[in-house]
Amino acid sequence: MKDKVQDIIKKYHDDKTRLMDILIDIQAEYNCIPGEAIEIIAGQLNMSKVDVEQTLSFYHFFTTEPNGKYTVYLNDSMVAEMMGRDEIARAFEEEAGTTFGSVTEDGLIGLFNTSDIGMNDQEPAALINGVPFTSLTISKVKELIAGFKAGKEVKDMIGQTGDGNNSDPRIMSMVNNNCLKRIGSIMCLEYETGWALRRTVHITREAVIEMVKRSNLRGRGGAGFPAGLKWEFCRKSEGDATYLVCNADEGEPGTFKERVVLTEMPEQLFEGMAIAAYAINAKEGILYLRAEYIYLRDYLEDVMETMRKDNLLGKHILGVEGFDFDIRIQMGAGAYVCGEESALIESMEGKRGEPRNRPPFPVQAGYMNQPTVVNNVETLSTVVKIMLNGPDWFKAIGTPESAGTKLLSVAGDCKKPGVYEFEFGTKVNEVLDLVEATSVQAVQIGGPSGVCINPEMFDRNISFEDLSTGGAFIVIGKDRDLLQDVVTNYIDFFIEESCSSCAPCRSLTVILRGKLQKLLNGHGTMNDIDELYRWGQFMKQANRCGLGQTAANPILTTIENFRPLYEALVKTDEDYMSEFDMSKAVEESCKYVDRVPNVH
Amino acid sequence: MNDKIKIVIDGKEYWTEHGKTILDAAKDNGVFIPSLCHVEGVKTAGSCRICNVKVNGRNMTACSTPVAEGMTIVNNHPELEELRKAIVEVMFVAGNHFCPACEKSGNCELQALGYRFLMLVPRFPYEFPDKGVNAESKYIYHDRNRCILCKRCVRTVMKDDKHVFALNSRGGEHIHIKIDTELASHLTEEEAQAAMDICPVGAILKKERGYYNPIGERKFDKQPIGSEIENK
Ligand SMILES: Cc1cc2nc3c(=O)[nH]c(=O)nc-3n(C[C@H](O)[C@H](O)[C@H](O)COP(=O)(O)O)c2cc1C
Ligand code: SF4
Ligand code: SF4
Ligand code: FES
Repeated sequence: MKDKVQDIIKKYHDDKTRLMDILIDIQAEYNCIPGEAIEIIAGQLNMSKVDVEQTLSFYHFFTTEPNGKYTVYLNDSMVAEMMGRDEIARAFEEEAGTTFGSVTEDGLIGLFNTSDIGMNDQEPAALINGVPFTSLTISKVKELIAGFKAGKEVKDMIGQTGDGNNSDPRIMSMVNNNCLKRIGSIMCLEYETGWALRRTVHITREAVIEMVKRSNLRGRGGAGFPAGLKWEFCRKSEGDATYLVCNADEGEPGTFKERVVLTEMPEQLFEGMAIAAYAINAKEGILYLRAEYIYLRDYLEDVMETMRKDNLLGKHILGVEGFDFDIRIQMGAGAYVCGEESALIESMEGKRGEPRNRPPFPVQAGYMNQPTVVNNVETLSTVVKIMLNGPDWFKAIGTPESAGTKLLSVAGDCKKPGVYEFEFGTKVNEVLDLVEATSVQAVQIGGPSGVCINPEMFDRNISFEDLSTGGAFIVIGKDRDLLQDVVTNYIDFFIEESCSSCAPCRSLTVILRGKLQKLLNGHGTMNDIDELYRWGQFMKQANRCGLGQTAANPILTTIENFRPLYEALVKTDEDYMSEFDMSKAVEESCKYVDRVPNVH
Repeated sequence: MNDKIKIVIDGKEYWTEHGKTILDAAKDNGVFIPSLCHVEGVKTAGSCRICNVKVNGRNMTACSTPVAEGMTIVNNHPELEELRKAIVEVMFVAGNHFCPACEKSGNCELQALGYRFLMLVPRFPYEFPDKGVNAESKYIYHDRNRCILCKRCVRTVMKDDKHVFALNSRGGEHIHIKIDTELASHLTEEEAQAAMDICPVGAILKKERGYYNPIGERKFDKQPIGSEIENK
């Protein structure tokens, strides 16, 4: 083992900041990162063992014990549960003969849960040795387990490949992109790769920034910060180098638009990155790709290779002296919080994905403490169209405060889930009509960190000034139990995914969860609802990053918009409500003496 | 070079210098802002969130935010007081803090803040975690159930240029401090004492000596936390 591990470390030049890559390679080699390997890494990089484990233990897909020759990570996000994920989980357990969170005795099959994997339009879905399996059925599960037992290759078990580029020989995936259901007016506009970049290099870097500023393009990753302004700040910051990072972490449950962009139009993204790099004078670009999308890596590498041959990446791009720019892919390893831009940078530097304190902002001191622009996949792809058609053309689409279009990932209780390009200002009702959602109780806009709206709010619109979303749009049907199925799942998600740095984000989420459960168990009072709301406000005020600040949103927005559901949980006909349940407390002892709890 | 700048805290003007954090600027001027994870001269963690103040209307942590000319800061305010008290309570219920049985009692910053905020009984239910203790190395006793994960030890305690303490896992239930037993066993008595002293609570204790100073005669038994700043 020693030689192999050392070779891997050498491949990354004994560089501590590449610890993520080192761990990823070792995990791939041994299905885990064994203690011996940790020791070798620590020795070679001159760190303590606990320091290596500090990073390792942060990421969901790193394990210290072998996680099975065939490792199943079954999505447990809210929409997956809506689509029958629990039944599939049971089938896996029965067929494999082991429970979730464990590996079969012979080490053949490991079953694990995982947060959203970006396939909410085709649930239940799982990753098996990194290969996505979607729209799972019980018979498919049986077939899979039989295949594992027969020693089949995972790739050979996918069956039919999916639509669009999913059938490209470089991908060969069963994923369906439900290809951009409505051909939108900006992102999906056809064009010839390279044309936007050709226009770009004819004007100065400042002029490019000016154009993007004039277009009013705002970041599509959630926060909506003006892209041109961000570039300008970066350009004005002093440093030895400037970096451009594309955020393809797409971890917000219910979001999967970037999966489609990366599959169907990666050239546009890379061209957008080259334009941004030109503007801020970055030589190095990094695409931070979530671990769940590793099945796209070879394909993306190949696309970049072609673009290098076409002189759209690499040295002297398009023959322009001094315009050198190339991109490397940095894989993640399973952590939602790494989508937060400064956590993403920490992760790229080989550390735990803990968001940084700001200031300084990444544009001042980002990757390697140098000025860094972090932009979302959709933001960078959109830039291409602005360079082609001009800022005024772009600004004319959408609303005054939200220029352009937005890709929405629509999932849940509707007939046509998928990715759609809508103009900003589109009403919720219009979206619901188009996706054929007929019996709707609520819509979750923007995933767990967003808002849950009731039907009276369906005439509001998708925009930064009204209902803002990074892309998720989840339809919740009338027959769902909103508090049990949706809110609880979301709070559990935040408990799981908090980087756990801030005390309130780490602990208050658990307390809120407990209180919610108390209400769901029928032991709550009106006061509990009020306290839940008040305590939720602490989360907004106290926490460092957007995760903690929004982690109470599932509770807060449902109390605001669905208060009767909470009140229905409270028994008002009793004068006194106790949290203490006597029957439950004596349940276990009664079992031993063969009695049934019967106390009043 | 004249680096002096003016800031406003709770309506009063104070002079300070560029490059300082709000926390330090306040301290220099005799204004107490509670802090827990902060250690002077060490990279900011910003993890306890207790030093929350309002800067130009926004919640910011005083330990991580540099001052700027004309900055308007709110420190004493019922809303902030309530928030800070809630954070102290969160820390109490997330761990097992049985003060009368703890060697750190009286020297513990968490306990002292509990007194300062007039905490009687936390409003939140106790979690009674069971994260275990580590007593494998010669001088260090580490009780994970008292640890508030402030990362002071992670950032400061080194042996042979390597970190002795590190975070492990994530998520409220799982996250804990892991000690590199091998490195820890090479710590000298003085280094172990320094590790105990850097810990704001009774999570890191030095073995072999206890209750040297009797309870009642310890740091915060004599005066409330913060008075050393306010009475300057
Ligand atoms: C918890 C959390 C997760 C986030 N996840 C993502 C993500 O997956 N993708 C993304 O582009 N932005 C994400 N963001 C927002 C980023 O911090 C950042 O604002 C964004 O990448 C900037 O790009 P933009 O200006 O082009 O939108 C996240 C923020 C938070 C607080
Ligand atoms: S708010 Fe939560 S996720 Fe964000 S930095 Fe704090 S602990 Fe980490
Ligand atoms: S052991 Fe002490 S110093 Fe270290 S993180 Fe825990 S409370 Fe902080
Ligand atoms: S002292 Fe500022 S966050 Fe802990």
